[in-house]
Amino acid sequence: MSGLPPVPGTEHQTITIESNDDVVRARQLVRGLAQRCKLSLVDQTKLVTAASELARNTLVYGGGGVMRLGLVQRDGRTGVTAVFEDSGPGIPDIDQAMTDGWTSGGGLGLGLSGARRLVDDFTLETEVGSGTQIAVTKWAR
Amino acid sequence: MAEQDISARLVELLTARGELLASAWVEAVSRTLRGRISLAELDRELHDLYTALVAGIREGGSDWQGEAYAEVRALLSELSRGRARQGFTPTETATSVLACKDILAPTADTPAEDIHAYLQLSKLVDSLALFTLEVYAKTREEIISAQAEQLMELSTPVVKLWDGVVAVPLVGTLDSARTQVVMEKLLQALVDINADQAIIDITGVPAVDTEVAQHLLKTVVAARLMGAECIISGIRPQIAQTIVALGIQFGDIVTKASLADALKHALRNSSTDLSINGGQA
Ligand SMILES: Nc1ncnc2c1ncn2[C@@H]1O[C@H](COP(=O)(O)OP(=O)(O)OP(=O)(O)O)[C@@H](O)[C@H]1O
Ligand SMILES: [Mg+2]
Repeated sequence: MSGLPPVPGTEHQTITIESNDDVVRARQLVRGLAQRCKLSLVDQTKLVTAASELARNTLVYGGGGVMRLGLVQRDGRTGVTAVFEDSGPGIPDIDQAMTDGWTSGGGLGLGLSGARRLVDDFTLETEVGSGTQIAVTKWAR
Repeated sequence: MAEQDISARLVELLTARGELLASAWVEAVSRTLRGRISLAELDRELHDLYTALVAGIREGGSDWQGEAYAEVRALLSELSRGRARQGFTPTETATSVLACKDILAPTADTPAEDIHAYLQLSKLVDSLALFTLEVYAKTREEIISAQAEQLMELSTPVVKLWDGVVAVPLVGTLDSARTQVVMEKLLQALVDINADQAIIDITGVPAVDTEVAQHLLKTVVAARLMGAECIISGIRPQIAQTIVALGIQFGDIVTKASLADALKHALRNSSTDLSINGGQA
């Protein structure tokens, strides 16, 4: 998942994001894991908020999808990774979508760009007509 | 026959026809769960468990609480938590584990030493099933307390704090539906008690994302249209930092760290006459 090795003995979980309740659940799962990973309260809140944004985008624009969640390791550090994946319309202009304040719907247009600022690692892969995958990671300090 | 020899024989039996036995286990369990869990998932779950179990017996004999069984216990915890969350009964959950015995159930022509091995497996599996049930019970408890929390979230009281000042303490996760309720209640309260200051306290809100922010902003605008001022209070440090990183701007909306500060501000700005010797408004 997101190319990083998982922490041995822990399992990655996958949940579907098909409704608002799932967005809430995604948020709760991310918070639980962030606590287990001993992220600071600020970092927990940042990651949960980023996950909330991405989960809602998956639901609203991607037409639903999945979130994969797990603990990962790099250079002896532990982090929480969440990957959001949909097979929706994709994002035609990434730069535009990542611009603060740009929205194709009625949002604030801050979800994507804000999520990137809230996490340590952010990767976005998208293809028009086949879907979008966004991975975010927050590392324990 | 010595304990170790029995364990060795058990490992032999379990590895010799490993694939066959694991599949038999999956099959037996899938019958009890009647398709409420996907076969692929169950298959993966039990095969992993089977492999870990055989490794556990090989390294640690029947000492299921020891280091050699760490993986087995981790997998069982995961299985148990999953079952509890998906609403499977304790019996169904325990049966998933207990069914593992039947795959080696002795028949009339089972040699004596293999019966010893079976008995050891049987005892071991019983212990593991109990362990699984314990995790199950703990998970159920967690689910119940989470539900209680959600219930509390549903009640959002709008309270009159002072003449001309109403407040609504928001607690828990805010989704669209709930924020809508809060907003309507708040606007109604402004009218009902003829208030011109509203305080929205978000001390109990775990995260403010763009959706929550947008609802808050809309509520403030609506209140303004009704001639009232809104103050947002209870912005904790982690929320403040997140809001800044997210790029949300609250513009000229007054924000305060605590409800007390917000009330002070509201009283200063309220058109209601509050002077000590000024009598009632
Ligand atoms: N998974 C996705 N699939 C397709 N398009 C997407 C996806 N995620 C985002 N977009 C596009 O990128 C735009 C910007 O997303 P962003 O989350 O920043 O803003 P928003 O969702 O419109 O508003 P908000 O600030 O409430 O999140 C969206 O309006 C949408 O057009
Ligand atoms: Mg968004």
